[in-house]
Amino acid sequence: MGRKLDPAKEKRGPGRKARKQKGAETELARFLPAAGDESSKRLSSRARKRAAKRRLGSAEALEMPKFPGAKPFPGKLPKGASGGAVQTPGKKGAQSLLRASQGKKRPAPTHSSEEEEEEEEDDSEEDDVVNQGGLWDSEDSDADMIDDYGADSTSEDDDEGEELLPIERAARKQKAQEAVAGSQWSEEETEEEEEEEAEEESPESGPQKNDEADGGLQINVDEEEPFVLPSAGEMEQDAQAPDLQRIHKRIQDIVAVLRDFGTQREEGRSRSEYLHRLQKDLATYYSYGDFLLGKLMDLFPLSELVEFLEANEVPRPITLRTNTLKTRRRDLAQALINRGVNLDPLGKWSKTGLVVYDSSVPIGATPEYLAGHYMLQGASSMLPVMALAPQEHERILDMCCAPGGKTSYIAQLMKNTGVILANDANAERLKSVVGNLHRLGVTNTIISHYDGRQFPKVVGGFDRVLLDAPCSGTGVISKDPAVKTNKDEKDILRCAHLQKELLLSAIDSVNATSKTGGYLVYCTCSIMVEENEWVVDYALKKRNVRLVPTGLDFGQEGFTRFRERRFHPTLRSTRRFYPHTHNMDGFFIAKFKKFSNSIPQSQTGNSAASTPTNLDLPEVKDQMTPKPKGSSHPAKKARVAVKAKQQLQKRQHPKKASFQKQNGISKGTDSSSPTVSCDTKSQAASKLQDSSQPAQKAEVIRGPKVPRKLKQQSAMPQASKKVAFRKQNASRGTDTEVPVLSLSKTQATLKPEDCDQPLGNSKRAEKVKQQLPEQPFKKAAFRKQNGTPKGPETSTVSLLSSSRPPPAKRRKSQSRGSSHLSS
Amino acid sequence: MRPLTEEETRVMFEKIAKYIGENLQLLVDRPDGTYCFRLHNDRVYYVSEKILKLAANISGDKLVSLGTCFGKFTKTHKFRLHITALDYLAPYAKYKVWIKPGAEQSFLYGNHVLKSGLGRITENTCQYQGVVVYSMADVPLGTHILLRYKRPEIGDSFANSSQVQLKKKKKKCLHSGKHSTGKNLAILT
Repeated sequence: MGRKLDPAKEKRGPGRKARKQKGAETELARFLPAAGDESSKRLSSRARKRAAKRRLGSAEALEMPKFPGAKPFPGKLPKGASGGAVQTPGKKGAQSLLRASQGKKRPAPTHSSEEEEEEEEDDSEEDDVVNQGGLWDSEDSDADMIDDYGADSTSEDDDEGEELLPIERAARKQKAQEAVAGSQWSEEETEEEEEEEAEEESPESGPQKNDEADGGLQINVDEEEPFVLPSAGEMEQDAQAPDLQRIHKRIQDIVAVLRDFGTQREEGRSRSEYLHRLQKDLATYYSYGDFLLGKLMDLFPLSELVEFLEANEVPRPITLRTNTLKTRRRDLAQALINRGVNLDPLGKWSKTGLVVYDSSVPIGATPEYLAGHYMLQGASSMLPVMALAPQEHERILDMCCAPGGKTSYIAQLMKNTGVILANDANAERLKSVVGNLHRLGVTNTIISHYDGRQFPKVVGGFDRVLLDAPCSGTGVISKDPAVKTNKDEKDILRCAHLQKELLLSAIDSVNATSKTGGYLVYCTCSIMVEENEWVVDYALKKRNVRLVPTGLDFGQEGFTRFRERRFHPTLRSTRRFYPHTHNMDGFFIAKFKKFSNSIPQSQTGNSAASTPTNLDLPEVKDQMTPKPKGSSHPAKKARVAVKAKQQLQKRQHPKKASFQKQNGISKGTDSSSPTVSCDTKSQAASKLQDSSQPAQKAEVIRGPKVPRKLKQQSAMPQASKKVAFRKQNASRGTDTEVPVLSLSKTQATLKPEDCDQPLGNSKRAEKVKQQLPEQPFKKAAFRKQNGTPKGPETSTVSLLSSSRPPPAKRRKSQSRGSSHLSS
Repeated sequence: MRPLTEEETRVMFEKIAKYIGENLQLLVDRPDGTYCFRLHNDRVYYVSEKILKLAANISGDKLVSLGTCFGKFTKTHKFRLHITALDYLAPYAKYKVWIKPGAEQSFLYGNHVLKSGLGRITENTCQYQGVVVYSMADVPLGTHILLRYKRPEIGDSFANSSQVQLKKKKKKCLHSGKHSTGKNLAILT
């Protein structure tokens, strides 16, 4: 029941309201017809409206071609008023009419048809009611069809344009609707709207879209000049002295043209020219670097792109998370409201989040904050912990924990049970972690300062791991506008490389056999595909993990293909969040489940797929190649694959760097690696195509070495291998051992020397005992737990598949070995 | 990281006992497991044994913090209790002081508390007694030492006994996450 806004009414009286600022009234006065339009007499608001109607009505009457009859009025005109002098309502009057009555009042026809109007008015009231609903629906749909930028295009010209356009469009739609319905009065309205449009067009310079969208209606307006791409000269001129208004307008025009390229394009200009121009304009207008903007253009469709860019200019709302270790959300909200903070629960998806609209006290300095009752945290940062779903009494690793928001959330979900290892590579930011965790009352956390890539070596076997990887920050541009310009191709690739390494380390730190866990959540605050889907896809190829649903039911799915790249289809279960759609920082979340602790040896050969399963079992031993030389045998391939994986693994985890230079095959995993590596190398060299190059060299080198210790060596490699590969699956050993045997004697020399360190006592014992290479191999094979491939055994039992159980292998190896030896 | 020596343990316990007295034993033997104190980089951490096991794998130079930091030993081997120990001291405090809402904010920002800001105080609190300060809502705010508190004796006018000041231990500046040492609370008359 507010007072009616009557702009022309003068405020009289001594009170404050008379002196109050003019405000809306003065604004509106600009839109309303000048007072002198109709008469010098000051009219009341209703009278003015009627006058406006009359004006419009007369205009229509003049142009009315088809429907001479009276047109029904959709709304009730005040009888008294209509009885009186019905003047053609002016444009604005019509608008206000439309606005006020929700389209109930149509512009009045000329007085000649007044009576008819009134009659029809009664008749048509029902129709009107029906039409009303339809009107707004059609209006809405029409508005969508017409142009999103209609408002924008006029906004530059005139503030009034904004108010005119929607109404006018509404009226136009109404016209169209009525025209379709064939009602008589629609024609009048059409004309009226045409008039309005005509009037409107003149003040506006570029609403060409409106015209084109209304192609169906009869318009008496000249077509606006279609948008023309500026010439090269103009573009250069822009570069020097950018006129932001003009650029903004051009952006909108280009987007509109591209939306309907077939019809709106300028002859002779290609789509890429338009796109190029758009990119330049966007970069200028929003201050982006060209590289980043190009990436964004690949990522988003054009309409979303502008929304995204706009959203990055504005900060996201402040959100906080209740610390349930110390308080409840209800109590905290009450306490904060009492202090003068205006807040709301964050959403259905969060039970602890609150969003702060405004606050009279600094939100980071309240006694509740100091007492650790809440933590200021972005909404998107709560999501990965919800996806991780830590359970009580678990061991959790948070690899990049600073400033500690996610770690404390994990702790509160676990209710301070279990153990969390919070790690970060940046010592400065670790101080904030310490402070926050102490403030929030988290007691089950250890804070460490390692590079995340060192992880499984330091301590592993966690139930769950959270990796919030350092990224380029393209999702949080609103927090840090410098990202717009200082990121380029190299930065993104460098980030991606680091993220891949961290992710592999994180995967290795998870214990797949954990009773309650085995999960890893990888998240970044970036929207680039190179840092998100590509890294995840890489991990899927390299490790025994698979993607599982994150448990977040909102958010956009990750891409399964992007430009020239194709990703694994399960990437659909990852989630992307954007500032312009979800009103939270850009984010990407992926949840992995590790299903096996073994590490596949990646292979260029086709046996790579089979090796993972092979690796799990000690069947590595089975993989004995009868002949070191290029076996195309499937078993051999498997071995090769295994070996390659070992090699890769060793490369990745270069524990024993001794032979690394030779071919990166071995070392890493264990003491045996030196021997193994040598073996493998030589053998691999002989046998394997891809990874064998170095091995070959090694082999060659080793060849002429002392044939003497072959037996020992063969034993050693195997023993060492066993020891070495205890934990990991690098079963390169098998392959190496095979060649050892095959090479018989010459190879052996180097191995024992090489493998010195890592050899455990067991190995030595084994070595000593065994005369025959097979024997040690077999024993070694048995000792190996994790299916680390045993070279020697593999060599003897080349044909055996790796899935053979050890006993079987043994038998075979024995037989093979003996046969081998004999041969 | 290493366990505390006898001397260090004695010094630390003396300090803590000022606030919680003989309840100290309760800190060590808790129903949910055994907790112990460990020294690392001159700071004393209070951790449960489960966490200790995992922390043993971390090398000393990379370990930053574990469990809860109770305080630190200064260069002259005196023990300074930190605000982070408050959560463990508060339940066992022997002498408590409640301050009024008006004085609470001022107290939190480091000012002294006059006697007029005192809401309640445990009986028989003598001078130089370590107390734990609460707000009226029983939220522990800090620990202090009652420096001067002269109970009004019969015949004393209120004017004489009006100046009781609580100097609060500075609350940690948690924005930057720095460890800050608290000033001892002083009640001055």
